[in-house]
Amino acid sequence: MNIETCNVVLGGIGGQGILKASEICGWAALYEGYHVKKSEVHGMAQRGGSVESHLRFGQRVFSPLVNRGGADFLLCFHEEEHSRLKPYLRKGGRDLLRYLDAARKLVVQEPRALNTAMVGVLSRELPIGEAAWEKALETVFPPKFLSFNRGVFFEARTMER
Amino acid sequence: MTRTKRPVHKAFLSGNEALARGAWQAGLKVACAYPGTPSTEILEALATYPELDVQWSVNEKVAYEVAFAAAVGGVRSLFACKHVGLNVAMDPLMTSAYTGVNAGFVIVVCDDPGMHSSQNEQDTRWVSLYAKLPMLEPANPGEALAFVGEAFALSERFDTPVIVRMTTRISHGKEDVVIGERDEVTTLALEKDFRKYVMVPGNARGRHEVLEKRLVRLKALAEKTRLNRIEEGTRSLGFITSSVTYQYVKECYPDASFLKLGMSYPFCDEKIRAFAKSVRRCVVVEELDPFLEEHIKTLGVRFAAKDPSWRLGELGPDAIGPIVRGEQRKVRQTKSRPPRLCPGCPHWATFSVLKKLGVFVAGDIGCYTLGALPPTSALHSCLCMGAGVTFNEGLRRAHPDGPIVGVVGDSTFVHSGVTGLISAAYNKSRGVIFILDNRTTAMTGGQNHPATGLTIRDEPTRELDLAALCRACGADHVDVIDPTGNLKAFEALVVERLGADALSVIIAKHPCKLIKRKL
Repeated sequence: MNIETCNVVLGGIGGQGILKASEICGWAALYEGYHVKKSEVHGMAQRGGSVESHLRFGQRVFSPLVNRGGADFLLCFHEEEHSRLKPYLRKGGRDLLRYLDAARKLVVQEPRALNTAMVGVLSRELPIGEAAWEKALETVFPPKFLSFNRGVFFEARTMER
Repeated sequence: MTRTKRPVHKAFLSGNEALARGAWQAGLKVACAYPGTPSTEILEALATYPELDVQWSVNEKVAYEVAFAAAVGGVRSLFACKHVGLNVAMDPLMTSAYTGVNAGFVIVVCDDPGMHSSQNEQDTRWVSLYAKLPMLEPANPGEALAFVGEAFALSERFDTPVIVRMTTRISHGKEDVVIGERDEVTTLALEKDFRKYVMVPGNARGRHEVLEKRLVRLKALAEKTRLNRIEEGTRSLGFITSSVTYQYVKECYPDASFLKLGMSYPFCDEKIRAFAKSVRRCVVVEELDPFLEEHIKTLGVRFAAKDPSWRLGELGPDAIGPIVRGEQRKVRQTKSRPPRLCPGCPHWATFSVLKKLGVFVAGDIGCYTLGALPPTSALHSCLCMGAGVTFNEGLRRAHPDGPIVGVVGDSTFVHSGVTGLISAAYNKSRGVIFILDNRTTAMTGGQNHPATGLTIRDEPTRELDLAALCRACGADHVDVIDPTGNLKAFEALVVERLGADALSVIIAKHPCKLIKRKL
């Protein structure tokens, strides 16, 4: 395994915006200057079934998938999916499940923004600067949803640890 | 020597988007497809380029023929499908290998190892062998962009359709890709060439000879092309591999030697022999069928290949070590949440009535296939597109008065249900066919089709009248009803039609929740 590569696994169930979350992270890594690979599955899986997305970035990345026991970060959007995703996490990897409740509370008015909140939580762990995150949010969200999501992102980013 | 640096433009593209970009850059003019995961986004991405003529065709056979004829007509064209979609287009495909093309023609096929959203995991590499067509296999989105351009050039140079094979991981994986500008390609003349384009036996015999000779020339190219790349590493271990599998192996064994096949058919026998001899241990690693393995066995070189248990399912980085060590595949029991019909899906109403009546429900491919899973558990067969209609007839041939119905989606009915309905009426079959008309091709993400009255670019077009079509096919009764409106009235209608000695069609019409939100 390439030691400099950062490996993130995002997962939950269809409809939670997991693919959008990893899309934001992918763009941010790209804007930071990394080589990025992101992998996921569309179609039947999106009808409420388990969804996972793998994101890898670094100087040079080959496999689009993370090894079991190879993820530096696990971003789980649903408690029931956690046991399935946990084996991806490497020893010493960061499991961000404990922020899920706080993220939910943050977007209680607009639960569909949970993905943006969780990305905000993840963002402070990744070697990606704020400018790249800003650009990524602008790229992924259409103008009418941008300011709301930017607000959620930064609120989550500065959430108590 | 000084070089002027050209600005490099990068984009974050999926394999499907990158392939579309590459085709656009290569001067593509016409593209046709029917939606199918994981291939759908290729046409959706192409539709964003206004200078292209892009369409959702009613099925893959039609799409293939229209796109292929455009190439015969003199413009670069492309047909895209999923692996099982290619089965529908096999009739024109096999003979187009004989006629060859005029302008470049590329067939893009997206296989689905692991069956993330498919009814089987057939390996399309065999089609190249069977049809005697060259096949390119990109290993990532960047190569998808580059290889489709190569495919157009090969197609014109060798006067042949060229297959580009993708897999789910390449189609739906994203990476940073260097993009370029479009090369405008001029339209070639349409020529009347009786011996080339009229495939009657007398001409086809001559064209078969052309095909065999072309294959010999392609084989020579396979030996030289940089698409088949040797990466020199350690002499102790070498891999022959292709597609996304190359990425997994490279990740796990970065110091090994590689013969990375970008052109997987025809085989580059001399290159394979030389490579296998150049390393102490040679291992062939490939996803699904032993396509490379079985051929390389005929070359008389020593190599190792995966245990046959690995012919099932998708590979990944975790599979490579065990494969190289000659171990068997261990099936890991993970509790994955199954998909289900969305809350508020109109299919819930239809299935609740069918479940209550306890009938055998013949189904096929679409969101409504999910009706087979709990909690509805009210769909009892799913084989292929359109089979909801034909299974109703066939099962009734076995049990003429059996409690049997067929269900088919609106898009699926237009794709290949309508032929079954014509045949059922003609052959005096009885029963009730439900067209679950949710006004879209839902399972693949909501694409338009003839009965929506909108094109791939959401432009209004002639709307197919499903009820009139069913009457014209010879159905005795055609009812259009919203199943979510009055469930009692819906149930009463179903009971009445089931009791009649007639061929009935009930169009259960209510738009998919997801397209409503989109509109």
